[in-house]
Amino acid sequence: MAVERVVVAMSGGVDSSVAAALLHERGHEVIGVGLRLPEGLRATGARAGCCGMAGMEDARAVAARIDIPFYVLDYREAFAREVIAPFCEAYRNGETPNPCVLCNVRLKFGLLLDMALGLGAGYVATGHYARVEHESGGGRPTLRKGLDPEHDQSYFLYSLTPRQLAHTLFPLGTLHKGEVREIARRLGLPVAEKPSSQDICFVGSGGYRELLAKHCPDSLRPGPIADSTGRVLGRHHGIGAYTVGQRRGLGIAAGEPLYVTRLDAPSNTIVVGTKNETYVRTLVVRSVNWLACDPPAAPLHLSVATRYRGSERAADVVPDNGLVSIRFSRPHPIVAPGQAAVFYSGDLLVGGGVVTAYTQCEMAL
Amino acid sequence: MRRVYLDNAATSPVRREVVEAMLPHFSETMGNASSLHMFGQRAKRALEKARQSVASALGADLKEIYFTSGGTESNNLAIKGVARVNSDRGRHLITSAIEHHAVLNTFRHLETEGYQVTYLPVDDQGIVDLNALEHSIRDDTILISIMLANNEVGTIEPLFEIAAFARRKGIPLHTDAVQAVGKMPVSVDDLGVNLLSLTAHKFYGPKGAGALYVGHGTRIAPLLHGGHQERTMRPGTENIPGIVGLATALDLACHDLDSEWARLAGLRNRLENGIRGRIQDIHLNGHPESRLPNILNMSFARAEGESLLLALDLRGIAVSTGSACAAGSTEPSHVLQAMGVDSLLAQGSLRFSLGRDNDEDDIDYVLDALAEIVPRLRELSPVYDPGART
Repeated sequence: MAVERVVVAMSGGVDSSVAAALLHERGHEVIGVGLRLPEGLRATGARAGCCGMAGMEDARAVAARIDIPFYVLDYREAFAREVIAPFCEAYRNGETPNPCVLCNVRLKFGLLLDMALGLGAGYVATGHYARVEHESGGGRPTLRKGLDPEHDQSYFLYSLTPRQLAHTLFPLGTLHKGEVREIARRLGLPVAEKPSSQDICFVGSGGYRELLAKHCPDSLRPGPIADSTGRVLGRHHGIGAYTVGQRRGLGIAAGEPLYVTRLDAPSNTIVVGTKNETYVRTLVVRSVNWLACDPPAAPLHLSVATRYRGSERAADVVPDNGLVSIRFSRPHPIVAPGQAAVFYSGDLLVGGGVVTAYTQCEMAL
Repeated sequence: MRRVYLDNAATSPVRREVVEAMLPHFSETMGNASSLHMFGQRAKRALEKARQSVASALGADLKEIYFTSGGTESNNLAIKGVARVNSDRGRHLITSAIEHHAVLNTFRHLETEGYQVTYLPVDDQGIVDLNALEHSIRDDTILISIMLANNEVGTIEPLFEIAAFARRKGIPLHTDAVQAVGKMPVSVDDLGVNLLSLTAHKFYGPKGAGALYVGHGTRIAPLLHGGHQERTMRPGTENIPGIVGLATALDLACHDLDSEWARLAGLRNRLENGIRGRIQDIHLNGHPESRLPNILNMSFARAEGESLLLALDLRGIAVSTGSACAAGSTEPSHVLQAMGVDSLLAQGSLRFSLGRDNDEDDIDYVLDALAEIVPRLRELSPVYDPGART
């Protein structure tokens, strides 16, 4: 690959630091940027140092070490508008959203990519564990899983468009996490021993409740907990505090364990059921992004992931009036609406979308 | 890569003559000005010579000059010092909405101490509203603080009128003259102010050295307590190298004030006219006449200041954004906001601040870069078509 100007999104973590260092080593003109996010989203505990201003200081130290320019960009308003607002809207609608997907497509490979191109850069690079293969002559770029199965993050990237992918680099895609740390040590990066964070930079335990309390308190209005027949069993603290499939924290004494099977936003009701009611046969997916091919006319048999690092299940992916139905060959644990369903063929990411509905199956395991 | 520094309003390079004047005071005459021995006496002589030099540059008396660590300290000392010592007479203070944060946040702090503050509005060119000033005066008003020239847009405020009014009302007047001193004639008597802040690093002196003029008869209390330095107004061992640097730099700046004003204004006009001639949809922020010669603040519609700054920096050109936020932010700088500049225009604002080292070639290099960068950023700017992305 020719020497290019590349903008690297640096969080101060070991992954994005090594991504920047590797591109620099390969002779690219690397420009480091940190994205300043709203105050109060600063992660704490194990995730301290990611996405907060402390992370910016670490990123600045790395940039100084490898001698590249580093700019902190003020993304507070953009993050509030592009990520937090839809995040809250989803909770209001009884969904469990995935903010990392939005942050990637709208900020890192959206606003930031636009800016990078304006600066004369050919690419935006990040420390994601995923592989992008660019086709010469303007062909469709492909997105594949990172080679490290423990850390593959392609799940969070399914909604990138071919245009975005064409201007994207993932220098860590062919590496294992251990190798990345090794490189950080070899290069003397000051973050080599820093604990890892997840892609999710602010939704930690308890973290998103604070966020909801601040930005959409109406999702935390108390309401009834009922079973599928409408019988009220108890009270909840607001549907935003629950997710479909959840068992703990319901505060109901029942003969057998109960699980959240539905969040009914219009009536502010949490519907619960038994273990048997937490399996689905079909997921309906909206906002589908087909990456590896044009929208297919006929069903495809693919592997489907419904959560980050979750196991994939075989399914028929069936186009259906602009939506897609995912028909599992065996009962599948229930998936919260708002979560991403991502389709793979081997390590090739074929496409994905947002779960909008499901059909439960009544069957014992 | 060619380097063009157009951020002299942030800070400026120290002149060679100033460095040379400072050097002996780090080593040979390194004494503590309070010591009785000869080392101390030499330091004391350098200190008082510097004070005399600064006093005459400002048309002030020797005993009206206090050395500080810089603009922020001078502003804090003036505002808190006057407010607190006069709190028995009243607790109302007046300033403007476009002050530097060193002033603005000092007043905000005083609000937490029970003071009431009026922040005067400005017009669309950054001139403080004198009508609003007259109407905001109360019986318990104890201080007015209005900057002499604005740091973001360069507008020079009508201090003569403000001072005449303050004098009629018997209210002490402070001015933050940090951007003005060394760029335009500043005489405390002509201006008629009671307190005036300045800092060396804005006029080719060292960082960490500033001064506060406190006119005779002005009631003020110190912020720091300690030794008897600066007649107990500002205790702490004096920063003799810095103070000598300040005095030398001010002396040099005053020496060629008129010719440097004309030269800088010429370069500024070359830049402004060049931008007008080569780039569409631009807007001058600030006053077209009553302005410093070295500051030009322009908005480039449908481009982001932050992106412009980066693109220029990658070509070796240093400027600053007039806007505090970016990346699709809707919050412009408090100065542009107070001037009523449209928020999208405010996002695309850049401050070019010229200095001694700049020449016409620099300006032409910047114009060429802008002519290439602005259209490209506009093509891709997310501000250009908000909501287009889904």
